[in-house]
Amino acid sequence: MIEDEDIELLLTDLFELHGYDFTSYSRASLKRRINRLYSLDKFPSFAELRYRVRSDTSYLKRFVEEITVNVTEMFRDPTFYLSLRNDILPILGTKPFIRIWHAGCSTGEEVYSMAILLKEAGLLRKSLLYATDLNPTVLEKVRRGIFPMNQMKQYSESYIASGGEMDFSDYYTANYGQAKFNGELSEKIIISTHNLVSDSSFNEFDLILCRNVLIYFDKDLQDRVLRLFDSSLGSLGYLALGSKETLKFSVVQHNYKQLNREKIWKKVV
Amino acid sequence: MEKSSVNSGVKVIAIGGSAGSLEVLFQLLPLLRDDIKVSILIVLHRRNSADSSLSELLASKCHLPLHEADDKDVIQAGHIYLAPSDYHLLVEKDHTLSLDDSEKVNYSRPSLDVTFESAADVYGPALTGIVLSGANDDGTLGLQAIKKMGGTIIVQDPETAQIPIMPQNALTHLAIDHIFSIRQMAEYLNSAELN
Ligand SMILES: C[S@@+](CC[C@H](N)C(=O)[O-])C[C@H]1O[C@@H](n2cnc3c(N)ncnc32)[C@H](O)[C@@H]1O
Repeated sequence: MIEDEDIELLLTDLFELHGYDFTSYSRASLKRRINRLYSLDKFPSFAELRYRVRSDTSYLKRFVEEITVNVTEMFRDPTFYLSLRNDILPILGTKPFIRIWHAGCSTGEEVYSMAILLKEAGLLRKSLLYATDLNPTVLEKVRRGIFPMNQMKQYSESYIASGGEMDFSDYYTANYGQAKFNGELSEKIIISTHNLVSDSSFNEFDLILCRNVLIYFDKDLQDRVLRLFDSSLGSLGYLALGSKETLKFSVVQHNYKQLNREKIWKKVV
Repeated sequence: MEKSSVNSGVKVIAIGGSAGSLEVLFQLLPLLRDDIKVSILIVLHRRNSADSSLSELLASKCHLPLHEADDKDVIQAGHIYLAPSDYHLLVEKDHTLSLDDSEKVNYSRPSLDVTFESAADVYGPALTGIVLSGANDDGTLGLQAIKKMGGTIIVQDPETAQIPIMPQNALTHLAIDHIFSIRQMAEYLNSAELN
């Protein structure tokens, strides 16, 4: 088991040698992830792990991928997507052009879900979806738009629960256990690495989604990232967080009004 | 970890269960006095769907404030926190709760082991872990971690559990401090030594 002091050593190495700053991540979760990897990769000692992280760049890549959590799904929390459909898209639809940012998009299931909503609202052609993550490997999956076929039954149910009325299987082609989503969806997705800890604002958006990313950050970093979103949102833009996340610890909360029971806020300044 | 528990002086109880444990809580919660000072974390295996009404239902049976945990909630004395469905519930050194949607553990998210281990890390001897009725092995490793850090470990008497597998598994592998009926659990939680 890796102790707290060792975790601090690793975090310092990651930052000083490789520029990855995990020092403001929630410690409890981070410690679990590091210990999990330590036993998964069967390191004989902490010194060995530290050496690999310091000097082996391909292991560094694995390390960063594995200590971050990449779990995601399509139409996760269907009532959230229902609210996007009914409450947000009709308003965004009045704009000549729609820019959406998925920050911490992981493998892209959320982005493709959004593209489907936009398509069904007749808005996809005038929309752009920016999909960003810290992690280049997950972004490669966003680019391919291929997800495991065995998930499709559940996704189809969530799609229907989110107000979808089409045949969900029309959105992909099944092949060898994989579902490849239609090119007309991926065409509208712009993919880039972006580190919420260290990178700055890069555009102005009408809607920013950052779901189940802030839970991994401590309160100070949450506040910093929320201020980054605030400066990246146009006036009357929308901010959407994960179902257990909140603005209440951030100074920006006064600029926002929560819409309903879903974690969607409207910028009111 | 001893440092933080001494500083705060607060005792924490982590209660977890699976199949058959909701009924236990329905009986246990109303027996808790409204002036107790312990903080209670509850981890239940739940259906995937976000049935947020469970916390309201439990709150309605209980004299203490009970909430479904939000990310970074501060653990307050005399409050009860329910792990939300589909997230692991963890404890930070600054006595806040944090959530994590990483892989299921023992086919479960939330998992008892995850919460128990992380709370043990922070509260050490000031933590008591209780495993209720259930049909799998979740909780045993968590209790082990609590014991290792000097905390107290308790299981529901398998004789009284609707599904005895979970408490029985802990009993088989660990030196459990107390085997309690529901009434005994209530007496323990209300007792002066904890509050
Ligand atoms: C649990 S996933 C959330 C995926 C999706 N938003 C959802 O809710 O289903 C968290 C993602 O955040 C990314 N992440 C973690 N730290 C980040 C950072 N500093 N900057 C950008 N992305 C980050 C991880 O790589 C991971 O893909």
